[in-house]
Formats: sequence, C-alpha cells, structure tokens
Amino acid sequence: MNPVLKQISQIAFGLMSPENIREMSVRKIETPDTYDEDGYPIERGLMDPHLGVIDPSLKCKTCGSKGGDCQGHFGSIELSRPVVHVGFGDTIYKILQSTCNKCGRILLTESEIESYTSKINELMENGESLTKIIKEVYKEAKGIDKCPYCGEEQEEIKIDKPVSIMEGGYRLTQSEIRERLEKINNEDSLLLGVNHEVARPEWMVLTVLPVPPVTVRPSITLESGERSEDDLTHKLVDILRINQRLIENMEAGAPQLIVEDLWELLQYHVTTYFDNESSGIPPARHRSKRPLKTLTQRLKGKEGRFRNNLSGKRVNFSARTVISPDPNISINEVGVPETIAKEVTVPVHVNEWNVDEMREYIKNGSDVHPGANYVIRLDKRKIRIYDETKEAILEKLKPGYIVERHLKDGDIVLFNRQPSLHRMSMMAHEVKILPYKTFRLNLCVCPPYNADFDGDEMNMHVFQTDESRAEAKSLMRVQEHILSPRFGGPIIGAIHDHISGAYLLTRKGSMFTEEQAFQVIRKAKMIIPKKKNDNWTGKELFSLLLPDKLNMQYKAEICNKCDICKGKECHYDAYVVIEDGELITGVIDEKAYGSFSGKILDKIVKKYGSDRARQFLDESTNLAISGIMKVGITTSTHDEDIPEEAKERIQDHLANAEEKVDQLVEAYENNELEALPGRSLEETLEMKIMQVLGEARDKSGKIAEDYFGMDNHSVIMATTGARASMLNLTQISACVGQQSVRGGRIDRGYIERTLPHFKKNELGAKARGFVHSSYKEGLNPIEFYFHAMGGREGLVDTAVRTAQSGYMQRRLVNALQDISVKDNGMVTDNKGLIIQTMFGEDGVDPTKSDHGKVADLDRIIDEMRVK
Amino acid sequence: MEDINQKVINKVIKIAKKKEAKFPESYIYDIAEAYDRRELTDKELETLIFRIKKAYEHSKVESGEAIGTVAAQSVGEPGTQMTMNTFHYAGVVELNVTLGLPRLIEIVDARKTISTPTMVIYFDEDHRFDEEFVKKTASTIAKITINDVLDDFHVDYGQMNVEIVVSPEKVKEKHLEFDDIILDIEKSFKKHIINIDDEDYSITIAPKLDKRTKNGIQIRDVRLLADKLRNLQISGVKDVNRVIIRKDEEWVLHTEGSNLKAVLKMNGIDKVRTTTNNIHEIYTVLGIEATRNAIIKEALNTLDEQGLSVDIRHIMLVADMMTVDGAVKSIGRHGISGTKSSVLARAAFEETGKHLLHASIRGEVDELTGIIENIIIGQPIPIGTGSVSIMMKNK
Repeated sequence: MNPVLKQISQIAFGLMSPENIREMSVRKIETPDTYDEDGYPIERGLMDPHLGVIDPSLKCKTCGSKGGDCQGHFGSIELSRPVVHVGFGDTIYKILQSTCNKCGRILLTESEIESYTSKINELMENGESLTKIIKEVYKEAKGIDKCPYCGEEQEEIKIDKPVSIMEGGYRLTQSEIRERLEKINNEDSLLLGVNHEVARPEWMVLTVLPVPPVTVRPSITLESGERSEDDLTHKLVDILRINQRLIENMEAGAPQLIVEDLWELLQYHVTTYFDNESSGIPPARHRSKRPLKTLTQRLKGKEGRFRNNLSGKRVNFSARTVISPDPNISINEVGVPETIAKEVTVPVHVNEWNVDEMREYIKNGSDVHPGANYVIRLDKRKIRIYDETKEAILEKLKPGYIVERHLKDGDIVLFNRQPSLHRMSMMAHEVKILPYKTFRLNLCVCPPYNADFDGDEMNMHVFQTDESRAEAKSLMRVQEHILSPRFGGPIIGAIHDHISGAYLLTRKGSMFTEEQAFQVIRKAKMIIPKKKNDNWTGKELFSLLLPDKLNMQYKAEICNKCDICKGKECHYDAYVVIEDGELITGVIDEKAYGSFSGKILDKIVKKYGSDRARQFLDESTNLAISGIMKVGITTSTHDEDIPEEAKERIQDHLANAEEKVDQLVEAYENNELEALPGRSLEETLEMKIMQVLGEARDKSGKIAEDYFGMDNHSVIMATTGARASMLNLTQISACVGQQSVRGGRIDRGYIERTLPHFKKNELGAKARGFVHSSYKEGLNPIEFYFHAMGGREGLVDTAVRTAQSGYMQRRLVNALQDISVKDNGMVTDNKGLIIQTMFGEDGVDPTKSDHGKVADLDRIIDEMRVK
Repeated sequence: MEDINQKVINKVIKIAKKKEAKFPESYIYDIAEAYDRRELTDKELETLIFRIKKAYEHSKVESGEAIGTVAAQSVGEPGTQMTMNTFHYAGVVELNVTLGLPRLIEIVDARKTISTPTMVIYFDEDHRFDEEFVKKTASTIAKITINDVLDDFHVDYGQMNVEIVVSPEKVKEKHLEFDDIILDIEKSFKKHIINIDDEDYSITIAPKLDKRTKNGIQIRDVRLLADKLRNLQISGVKDVNRVIIRKDEEWVLHTEGSNLKAVLKMNGIDKVRTTTNNIHEIYTVLGIEATRNAIIKEALNTLDEQGLSVDIRHIMLVADMMTVDGAVKSIGRHGISGTKSSVLARAAFEETGKHLLHASIRGEVDELTGIIENIIIGQPIPIGTGSVSIMMKNK
C-alpha cells in the first residue's frame, strides 16, 4: 500500500508560554454567545468559523478548506486576571515552599545547588527519571526557614487543595503566586523540576487560555432540530461569561470583595475546565445533574483517549457473529457466511495475469458472491460498483487498478475471541465460504480460544496487504499454534466426542467387517487402504493415520494406577504401545490426542512438523467421529442407575459416618477431644468432621463405582477424559457430599445455627450442610438450601476472580511487553537494559521445548537402541 | 548430583567439546546422570550428545521474539483458572497459607507485608534427628506470653491491682526461667508498682499515681494493664506466632509468621535450606539474587499447587524484570510500569494526567522505542518481524 514517507522519531513535551498560545491563536474569543438567531456562528464567539468548520458545506475562514479537510485552528481567551492551572497546583506549592518569598532564590546553599545540578544533568544525559532527586530537593529546601541569600525569614506555606496557597494565615492571590514564580531564575528552576528550556514556572499560572478548535468539541444537532453543545463548549462559555463580568466590574471600579469573588469563580471554571474530578471542589454539572466530561476526563481511564482510541483503535474490514461448530472443516479453516464475505473485501492489484479474473468479479458486482465492491482507479479515486457503472468500469479496467473483491475460499483472515488472554486468542485461518449466518470453526480450536457454542461471538479481520498476509500465514496459522508457549505441549487437540469416539473405536474387541471398516474410512475422508479380506480391528483403523516410524509407549488416561503395572498385558488395555506407526496395544483417549495432554499429537508436531500434525488431527478427529457414528453413543440418567443393594450399602455407610461425626461432637462437648498442635479445639473438631465426611462421600462414591462398568457410556466419557469426571457421576448416583462456604462447613445464617430447623450450636453433619442425597434421588429442602449457598459462593468467586486476574495480566503485559531477544541472544528491554544474558538460562524457546526440556534423554536413548 | 562421578562429567564435557556442542551446565549433569543410569557405551554417549546438540540448536529462541509478552500472557492466563480460596498447605495441615490467585498477585506486587508469612526451618547435620534439640529450639522460637504460663490470674478492683500466679510446671515445660519472666515484666512495666512473692510465684502489679492518672486510678486503667500483662511476650522470636514441629525424613519446623534474620542467627539451624515465603525479608537478609530465586520458587509453587503448568523460563523473566536494578520492583504503577522512560507508555497505563503534566514541565522527550508508543502514533512496532528492516544498496 502506501509506503512510509516520514517516520516520527521522537515526541518532545513542554509547557506553552502565553506568547506561544497567542501566536498559535487565530482569533481572540470574547463573546460568550455561540450562535445568533439565524443559527449562524457569531464572530469572536466560541463557534467562530476561523476556528475551523465541521459541516462539509462550509469553508474554514482561516485555511479555506472544506469541513472534514480542515483539522481546526486554536483560538484564545485573554484572562482578565491570572488563574492557576489545576494540574500544577501541587508543583507550585512545592516550588513556593522551596524558594525564598522575597528574592525567589531556592533555599539551598551554593554548594548544594552545584551538587544537585550536576546530579540532575547527569541523569538527564542518561535519560533517567528525575522524580527522585527533585523530591529530595523539595525535602531539603522545605526545612530551611531563613533565606541563605537575602536573609529573609520564611513563613510556612500550606496548600488548600487543589489550587489555593496559604502563607501564614494569608491566602496568596494568583497574581502574587505568578510574581513569585517569575522571580525564580533558570538555574534554580531546573532543580525545582521545571526545565527552563521548555517551561518557566510562571507559565503554570495562566494568563491566556487556548480555545480548542470546534473539531475537538463538535456540537450535535438533535432530531428535533435542537443544537446540543459539547461539554467543553459549555465550560468555555462559563469561563468567557465570568471573564467578561470580571472585566466590566474592574473597569467600573467595583469593590475589592466583588472582584475577588468573581476571580475565585473564574478560577473555579478554569479548574473544572481542565479537570472536573479534582478533589476538594464540587464537579461542574450539566443541567441534568450529570458531571461534565472535561479535558482530563477525556484522556483518563479505560474509556479515555489513551486506552480507548490510541492504544486500541477501531478497524475496518472486520466482522463479528455467533460461532457454531463444524467438524467437517480443517482446524486451519473458518467457515464464513456469504453475507459477510460480500461485505468485507480484499484489495487486489490488477495485472495482466489476473485481469480476466477481476473482470469476472466486477461483472458479478457487489450482490453476487465472488464479486467486488469497489475499484480504485489510477488516480486513487474509489468507485463503487453498481449495476449501472459496471460496464464503464470494465471498459477502463487495466493493470494498476485495485479491485476490492469479495472474500473467497482460501483467503487468510485473523480470527479472534475475547478476552484475548494469550497469543492463541488470535490466529490466522483460511476462509471457507459457507451458507447461513454463523462463523463455523473446527472443534479442536475451541480450547485455545476458550470458546463454546452457547451464544459466543467471535471477530474476524481481513488482511489488506500482502506483507501482513504472508506474515500471518507463516506465523499465525492455527497449525503453528498447536503447541502452547506456556508449557511446551499441545493446546489444540481433540475434545469431547473425539475422545470417546476414539476410545470406542480402539478398545478391545472393537471389530468391523471389511465393509463396515471401509464405510468408516470413507466417511472419515481417508485414503482407502488395500483390501485384506478379513475383519478390521479399531486399532488397525487408527493405525492408518499414524506416521511411519512412530514409536512410543505411555499409560492412557483410563489407567487404573494399579500397584504393579502389567505393561503390555494391562487388563484394562490402558498401556499404549505404538511401534513403527502401528497401534499394538492400548486405547486412544485424552492422553493420546486430547488438548493439553495429547502425547501422540505432541510427538507428531515435534518430530514431523506442524503440517503433519494438522493432517493427523483433522483425520483422526474425523475418524473418531465416523467411528462413534458407527458404534453409537448415548447417555441418560439411566447411566447413573445403581441397584437397590448399592443404595442400601451407601445409606449404611453414610449413617455410619454420621454416627462418627456425632461421636466426635460428643467427645468435644465432654472435653475429651485432644487438640491438634497449634489448633483450637473447635478447629480440630471441624477438621476431623470434614475429614470423616469427605471420606464418607468418597467411600459412597466408590461403592457406586463398583456397579459401573466400561459398557456404561457416562463412565466411558468420564474415564477417557472426554467430559465430566467420576466425581460428577458419584454425586449423581450416590451422594452429593459436604457443601462449603469459605473453605469450611456452613456456619452462617441464623444466630448460632444455620437454619431454624436445628438446635442452636448443633454441630452434626446435617445441620452444617452435608447433603446425603444424590442428585438423582433429589435433595430435600434443607439440603437444597445449603447446596444453593455453596453454589452462590462459586458464582461470586468466578466473578471476582476474572476482574482480579484481568488486572494482574494487564499489569504483567504492560511491564514486560518491551522485552525481546536480541540477535546475540541477550534479553533486553527497549532502552537496551539487559534483563537476561540468555533467555531462561539456556536460550530455549518453551514452545519448541519438550515440556520445558530440550529433549527427553530417555526417549532419545530408547530410539537409539531400537535401531 | 553428588553421586555422579566427576570422571563421567569430565568425559561428557570432553565429548561435548569434540562435537562443538555448547550446552548450559545443567545439561552436562543430566547427560552424565543418564550415562550412568542407562549404562551407555561410549559410542552411544557420542550419538546422544550429537542428537542433543541438534535438538538444542533447533529449540533456541529466535531473535526478535516478543518473549516479554509471551511470558506475561503465560503467567497471567492461568490466573483465570485459579481459586480464590486459601487452603491449607499440602503436608502441613495445621498451617493456613494463602494460595491461588491472591498469592500470585501478592508475589507480582512484591508486597512488603504478606497475608500469611511462614517459614520452613531445617536443622544442620548434627541436629537433624535430635528430637530434644528440635523441641527446645521450637519452644525458643514460638511466641510465649505470660498468659501461657499462668496458674491463676485476677484483677482486684478493690486494691486496684492485678495479681498473677505463675505455674512453675508450665515455666519448666516451656524451657523458661522464673527470674527471666520477672526481668521481662520489670522491663516493660517500669512505671508500675510491682510486688513479687518468690515463694508462691505470685506477682502483683498496680498502676502508679502520676500526671496521667492524677484523678485517681480508674477501673479502665487496671483493665488495660491486665490485658497488657497477659499478652506480654516473654519468649520467642519477634513476629513468629506459632511453631509446628514435623517429622518427615528429618525434623522440620514450620512457623506462622516469619523472621528469617533472627532465626538464621540461632544455633543448629541449616542456614542453607531454611527459608521464608516473605520475599522482602529474603531481600533484606539474603540479597537480590536470593530474592530472584525466591520469586521464581514461590510463583512456581503457587501455580503447581493449582495444577497449572507454566514453563519456568516465563517466571524467570518476570522475576528478573522485578529484580534487574538491584532492588525489588513491583509489577504495576509503583514499580516497573511507573518508572518506564517513555511518557506515552506511562500515560497509557495508569495516571494519564499526572504523567503528561510532569513530562511537560520536565521537558521530557519520548524516543518512541517501545511497543505502545508506536501503536499510539500508528507506526509498526519494533519487535518480532518489526524489529528488522530492509536497506537498499545504493548503486
């Protein structure tokens, strides 16, 4: 696109002198009125056309350009009396404290001045912060009560926030303040934190006020035809009005008291014009009682200019809609609705090789899909393609033109879901145009985006330059982000049905006739293998996807963690052995290719590269899904059915536990309980009861588990890591267990008891939130109430946590964002300060490492020995 | 590591040199250890080193990589998955320790006072298994107040005095001396009348009439005296409230409250392994390098405890950034972000107005070398692919 013509190399900050302000000003503003009866701006009013225009039909009286082209010009208000700038109230106070009230010299001896000056000069040369040393100067000078130069006794100076300065009991007027600041010489002012090259202390007291151009404070016309002025304009009107009145009163020789009152009022208006939230003064309000948004408020905070408009900007060529899943597209792709594809465009430079293609797009126009919306001519004019203009454009089309064509299959776009907590929250996808109105994405990319489909929306951005497209394709593509830099393992991987599907397919005894096997393979869009005229096992089917020469051994997620591992002879088929790309034993589950823990996937990315990994992930998830469709999976509450006998055992067990709790309580009441070291009796009792009840829940869960087999689909999902956990299942079928608030049993509600159904100070299991029932049986009202208490705490916790961790992350990113690796491997920040001589002490990128290590030594040795 | 033969290490170093492989030291140890454990032949060792060399070269960070942002995200992102609750420590049931997100925030904030300071005290080789010694040390560390050694205590509003009766058994049990207690009391109640009865171990204290109490002694004065007396610390290390004795492989003390400086001065303590979770204390006692390691250790433990794996290199970078200039700086407006050289970067973070106003009178110049500065003015950022530019040769 447009080459960079000029680069900003630095920005210098300084204070404006009254002369500067007058010089910059194109017009002195005097009348507080804005428009006359006819709606025309009044000359020398706040809407003076010399300050620039907004309406494109008008011409700026200063520069002559039309509204929209003119960026505006500053005006000025001559203040009849000087006024302190709020932002500098504190600085002025400190300066006055540190200088003589008579001669204006800093209250330090010559030698002190010399030593501080050299220190400050040195710091300035190194570009370091002066804040510390200037604080020291203030502190030193403040304590001296006799001027070392003129011998004048110094009176104590106090500040009445934000801008009033008191000396002894007398309040200094702004003119007096200004006079004192004028007396300070340049050398001293440097020590006081005012760099005389860009600022003078007295400039902190304003005599002229700049008036920002109208473009900064545009007025809006309401539907009713009424004009509504910007907050800044309102404030400036106030200032002008008081300023005018002050002039009149002074000219008329009004009594001192009245002049002072008006002066004070002028100070108030100027103060609130700069900052309407300064402490100590009431904020200026709109008629509707809403506080005005003045200059500081415009810049400050999350919705301020800096964070909302400068650090983050609104962009064109972006789209947002609801997301929904599509297992049939690759992880690298994103399904884009046609309506969006016709709206966001890609600029294409016309040349002799693509001119015919572009002609086709223009012929289609903006309403037919692979079409185009605009054409940019050689003179850089942008022309919309309409049915009427099509012909004319087609005629003139030649190399050098730019056609803004619709998005089409294969284009690279950026895809993002907020909150963007890590770099995997923005990845580049290839476009696939699909019908309907939602973005479609492969299920494997849900974990990095942390997306689900309960109404989540995502954003898409279309690249506009070839450079950005190239960069995105090589660095930001989904397949390049399978491994997370956080821990060096896969973050993109199979979830839910992919996992239970693969398990059902590869578990022991899963057999398919050749016909069935080929149906599955065909459905999974895999390459059809050679016929072998025999039955196929699921393991054989899965092996088709594994790369050759892949060897590995690990324990699957379903591993029972037996005391003695039988290895390949595992009874549960949980020991996975892959030899030369052939799945010999073991089942495929979450440990194999799930997100966050997939070992096979991990190895494939690291050994065979991201292309092969993408292929493996696409194919294996497809196979798992076609497998699950062949075998079938279903779940209902019947999965959690347990026989009557089990229920009895659980009831017995719970009764037993409750008895134990009662015994503990009794022991406590009889003072027979022995306290744990460093704990009170009450704490000891609570801990013991919690332990007993925790065990009771676990044990009843274990009882229920005895009746669950691997033919139970809910159990399959829980044990393979597809979804839910055994705890969920036991809570449904056996016992929900203890509810907790603030990490302990429930002990709040009524005075000395949780609910009026219990005796005061009752400590039994039921009285403190133990839920005996299972979800399936249903909770009794008391249990339900306790359950809701625990549930509420969880919700509050999540809400508080997101806010806190969000702020922590913002601070972390802000503190570390300038750090990068230099060519010599050193880690430095933008100033060149060396933070590490080698990243992480060994210079290894965690993304490329094997869970933090360069290589697994044992694995390498094993591989060496196999050969 | 001690059991790895120095010979083996030298051998590995020699081969590594031959293969021109420049590994960090820790790799050498790992390889030597594997050599021993797997009984490698020399030829196998050579191929192993060659392979590792290749793997190492392959996995180096690329120059220009924005590792700062990656580290910040890697530490920050798991924050959303952490709990807010404080649970007890794995292993030591009796101690409450702040965990999860609040603890992580505490660490990056470099707080001066943390919510649950705690120490782990180890003993040196001679005393590691000496139960008697450990218990004695524990009792000298733990805070003991008068209240802990009392037999009887009463406030006499008739006489306007407080009488305590010390239990000799309890005093002995706590390894204390009655005379020391009296000294302590005399030291802290100089302005009071103290009567000591050595025989039945009773002490009577009454407020003295002075300027402050010229209107006669009030009941309130006696009550305050009683509270002060009961809570008077007669033994123990300052700031340590409780000590828990544990035996795993050896005797270890866990404390609630922390005072590393005082504990390190005590006899029989393993000064190398004894540690605290208070980062600022480590800084004042042991210095900046130890602080860096403490930040890494504490942050890693907090994350691990929640079952979140974060590569140690990210945490190292955070710790190094916090400690680069020799003092501990917090992550935030009072620390790193507040002392950045760029005005725009500071203004874009927090306290926008303050930074702009200060910059104007100081005449600060923004060199626009950072990330946000360049985003603000709409130029490419000088990091990653933006850190290189192409120059055309003039022919």
